[in-house]
Amino acid sequence: MSSSIAFRDVAVEYGSQIVLERLNLTITPGSFVALVGPSGAGKSTLLRMILGQEQPTRGQVLLDGQPMVAEPGPDRGVVFQRYSVFPHLTVLGNVLLGFEFAASRFTARLFGGARKAAIVESEKLIAEVGLAEHRDKYPHQLSGGMQQRLAIAQAIAKKPKVLLLDEPFGALDPGTRAQMHELIRFLWKDCGMTVVMVTHDIKEAFALGTRLIALDKQRRDPQAPERFGAVITYDLDLTRDSAVPVMGFKPLPPAQSQGAQA
Amino acid sequence: MRRLMNIAPGRGGGLLLALLPFALIAFLYVAGSAERRVANPDDKLLPPVAEMAAAVKRVALEPDRRTGDYVLWTDTAASLQRLALGLGIATASGLIFGLAIGLLPLAGATLAPLVGVLSMIPPMAVLPILFIVFGLGEVSKVVLIVIGVTPFLIRDLALSVSNLPAEQLVKAQTLGASSWQVAIRVVLPQIMPRLIEAVRLSIGPAFLFLISAEAIAAESGLGYRIFLLRRYLAMDTILPYVAWITLLAFVFDWALARLSRRAFAFAYVTERR
Repeated sequence: MSSSIAFRDVAVEYGSQIVLERLNLTITPGSFVALVGPSGAGKSTLLRMILGQEQPTRGQVLLDGQPMVAEPGPDRGVVFQRYSVFPHLTVLGNVLLGFEFAASRFTARLFGGARKAAIVESEKLIAEVGLAEHRDKYPHQLSGGMQQRLAIAQAIAKKPKVLLLDEPFGALDPGTRAQMHELIRFLWKDCGMTVVMVTHDIKEAFALGTRLIALDKQRRDPQAPERFGAVITYDLDLTRDSAVPVMGFKPLPPAQSQGAQA
Repeated sequence: MRRLMNIAPGRGGGLLLALLPFALIAFLYVAGSAERRVANPDDKLLPPVAEMAAAVKRVALEPDRRTGDYVLWTDTAASLQRLALGLGIATASGLIFGLAIGLLPLAGATLAPLVGVLSMIPPMAVLPILFIVFGLGEVSKVVLIVIGVTPFLIRDLALSVSNLPAEQLVKAQTLGASSWQVAIRVVLPQIMPRLIEAVRLSIGPAFLFLISAEAIAAESGLGYRIFLLRRYLAMDTILPYVAWITLLAFVFDWALARLSRRAFAFAYVTERR
């Protein structure tokens, strides 16, 4: 199961600061979208809008054609760069938690046979991300890569239609990162969900994505840098049967180099 | 020469260094007491250890001639009951309100300013009001502890809830958790260590309020006793009582610290040794 996501003329402003403007984007079900761009270009803001953690100032965000529910929910899973797992629960407890939330409204705990069934299910997920022998450890006993794998297992336990990744591998060493790429690619194909990933690593974006979207400020006012928001500057189809690039291939404005020097 | 900040005592050395100031104080006391006795055999200010031991034996092991009570134990029971009730009520309400204020923006907007103002009321200033409203019995003493400690607990817990990373709360929601489920499965276990820490810090103020209330109006209790004996300059009993109160507070503090480390080991992994 996967979902389509659509942005219709979306703009995001924090007070007088314009973060994103004129954002029109349709993400087809089952695609793997990589979002790149410099810091402050609104990549994470865009992700948080899909998550429901943030609302657009203008325009609409649609999930499967319906206006987005204005709060996070189980249909959209997420893995952040940090703080994605619960430090007070073991690996098993972390994965089990999603099942417990669903099964028991008041106590949010499972007992007896239902608990056993959920444990079997959780263990399958834990094995899938390669943490089988660490199931009784606490997150602080795991390496950064293992914590992120746990976060992924936890997120896909709810079989979300959309998986959002906010620089999930940014803090990992290159070897671990390569392993994580394999894992996420496998899970994406296996679960058939729509994935939106924010990354700083262009290579990662090209390696994993079926579509690459670059956000950047196209117009700049040196006196009031906050007056212009970022827009989509590149939108590349990375699937094998399509020509690259497809649309929006424009050279970056000259102001870009000035910004880099400053 | 190594820097002073890099020189740490070993295990035995640490124990020795910890005992040193206590030994020093004990020595100074004994020496001072002896010296005063030489100058004035009726000195009451620094009674010798033997007299204090006799006084302790009298209050702890012999029934009072008038009431038949073992004074030290009835005083301790009365005080601890007040303290336990006061701290218990304060802890429970501190947890509930602190969690609500920290997690729910609506509760925070409604209650946080109120708690901010209430916490500035000096509790001792409302003691007369408590005596008027609740009488001179047990209730006013318990309420004084509650009033004195609860605002601090609420603010401290609300702060520690709002210090939880937003990512965790969002993540829990993406796992399908309701507000209630987030509160009991994500927030509560993570603020429990801080709650215990805050209660530990509250033991001192709680004793302060307890003894103040007992000093003013009571018929038993540790604070009542030392203020009663003050009239007779009975330092031989007052000093052991103070030591006993200190020991009780120290033991509670130590027990809570142990409990927290046992039950919430995850919270202590990042601390500096």
